[in-house]
Amino acid sequence: MDLIRFYLRKLVTILKNEVLVLPSRVIVVLFFLFVLLLPVFSKDPYLLRIFTLTCIFAIFASSWDLLSGFTGQMNFGHALFFGVGAYCAALINLHAHIPPWGSIPLGALGAVLAGLIIGIPCLRLRGTYLALTTLAFPIILMGIVFALPDLTGGENGISGIERIVRSRVANYYIVAVIMLGLCTVMWKITDSNTGIIFHAIREDEVAVRASGINTTRYKLLAFCLSGFFAGVAGGLYAHFMRIAGPSTLEVSMSFTVVIWCIFGGIVTIYGPVGAVFVLFPLLEFLRFWQEVRMLMFACVVLLILLYMPDGLFPWLRDKIEKECPRCKIRNVATRKTCRICTAPLD
Amino acid sequence: MVLDIIIGGLISGSVYALLAIGFSIIFGAARIVNLAHTAFYMVAAYCIYFAAQKMGIHPIWGMVAAIVLVTLLGVISYKLFINPIREHEGAVLIATIALAMAFQEIMTLIFTGTYLSIPSLIKGYFSILGVKIFYQQLMTFCAALLVMAVLWVLLMKTRLGLAIRSTAQDREVANLMGINESRVAMITMGISVGLAAFTGAIVVPLTVLDPHMWMHPLIMMMAVVVLGGLGSLKGCFIGAYILGFAEALVVFLIPAGAFLKGSVALSIMILVLLMRPEGLFGVTFEEER
Repeated sequence: MDLIRFYLRKLVTILKNEVLVLPSRVIVVLFFLFVLLLPVFSKDPYLLRIFTLTCIFAIFASSWDLLSGFTGQMNFGHALFFGVGAYCAALINLHAHIPPWGSIPLGALGAVLAGLIIGIPCLRLRGTYLALTTLAFPIILMGIVFALPDLTGGENGISGIERIVRSRVANYYIVAVIMLGLCTVMWKITDSNTGIIFHAIREDEVAVRASGINTTRYKLLAFCLSGFFAGVAGGLYAHFMRIAGPSTLEVSMSFTVVIWCIFGGIVTIYGPVGAVFVLFPLLEFLRFWQEVRMLMFACVVLLILLYMPDGLFPWLRDKIEKECPRCKIRNVATRKTCRICTAPLD
Repeated sequence: MVLDIIIGGLISGSVYALLAIGFSIIFGAARIVNLAHTAFYMVAAYCIYFAAQKMGIHPIWGMVAAIVLVTLLGVISYKLFINPIREHEGAVLIATIALAMAFQEIMTLIFTGTYLSIPSLIKGYFSILGVKIFYQQLMTFCAALLVMAVLWVLLMKTRLGLAIRSTAQDREVANLMGINESRVAMITMGISVGLAAFTGAIVVPLTVLDPHMWMHPLIMMMAVVVLGGLGSLKGCFIGAYILGFAEALVVFLIPAGAFLKGSVALSIMILVLLMRPEGLFGVTFEEER
């Protein structure tokens, strides 16, 4: 009993001293609560379906950020990982009869392999060359998918895949919990030593190599990690939609993920997740306006970029928080002095 | 068969060459990766369709009008959407994709998503070795070569061309030498979009129009640019014909070729890049830190 009370008090202290002092942390906590409590308020199957897909794409978008945002390896063919994950999971599920809890990780391993295969030739390229080359890989794979209709189902894709669980709410909870877990893991990775090296590679690769770090290995690691997370997203997608079609490999898929990330703000992980949670439902709810839906989407993206070229969420964060000039700790924008070192904020 | 392959390769090669050169000069002069480049090509094709089929103007005048209009459109969208965010590389990429999507949707709204076509300018054909060669195909090829020659003269022999080339080599030094860098960027954008519009104009009698027609050329164009080496006109020219012929060969020789044409062309690009990471005739740009 005392132990429980001790932990409760500890939780309250953490909430008071670490979370409530910064609006961005409050927003993250509210976001977690929102994602976890959504089915309590509405069991509408359409809404749940949209938010399940949103969660899947949130994993996908933040995995792009892990590779391209942090390491600076502009990947324009991220749909490759998604598609490989989806197709592998579907084939394994259909032919080896392995249930979803086994086929999704195996599909993700397939995507890791794809990451290795495209990572090795791409190591020598940089910048625009890399961006344009990576664009080619999903298209090559798509050609192969179309050329082998017996194995891959050609244009119709592979259908008849097992559902994750029967009920929609359980489906939503599984996907949402996986999303929250994986995004936290990605956030932790980018906060760790490895993440700092990733970030350094983006800023100045030569300097990183000069400090005795094997940048090749770290870049390959970034490709594999990103491939893994995107592969999980692809496998979840295949099992949720119960179809793995060529649409998962399309160029527009690769472009959409880049749009989400840059809209939300790259090098943040939370940016892409937030962007997907803003843009994807928005696009779905504009469905009654079928003809101008994509046009509105494009216009919103163009306008946001004009006023906040660093992305929506970093811009918002800068509005509500200030960095202390002395100790570099973030404070609420309304404070006059830093909450740690009491230096005056300008 | 052989002649079919040659004709197909020459035509798609010239189209890719024109597109890739336009894409390449704006990348060189302003470091803008303009993913909306082929969207302008699509808009031009639709303009001609509108002029020729709906308004009943002769297609030649439709082409002239389309090129002028689309060039204006390109310069305006550069001024409004790309110029303010040029410093942010990622934002420019997204802005151009969004622009391309916006064009695609506007065209879908106006002309619906159905396949459209317009008749060729000159009817008739002649045959060599039993293979029909339409005059239209011949004309498209000749017009492409002519424009490439004009462009070469413009870039190599005039003061404007000198300004564009020196901006491409080093932006800051060009600025110090008294070249108005932002104006050069705008003029280059105009030329580049104009080239895309011209490509659309000469291709339109040979293909069908639909709002998604910019996707495949965009990918092939990027493959050409990477294969030939960014910023090298000679590379664009040769790379375009290599990929054009590769496509034609695959389509005619392999059974499921139409599906694989993109894959084979892109695999060639990746193989070349494995051996020469800077492309066939790559120019190394100074490292921008």
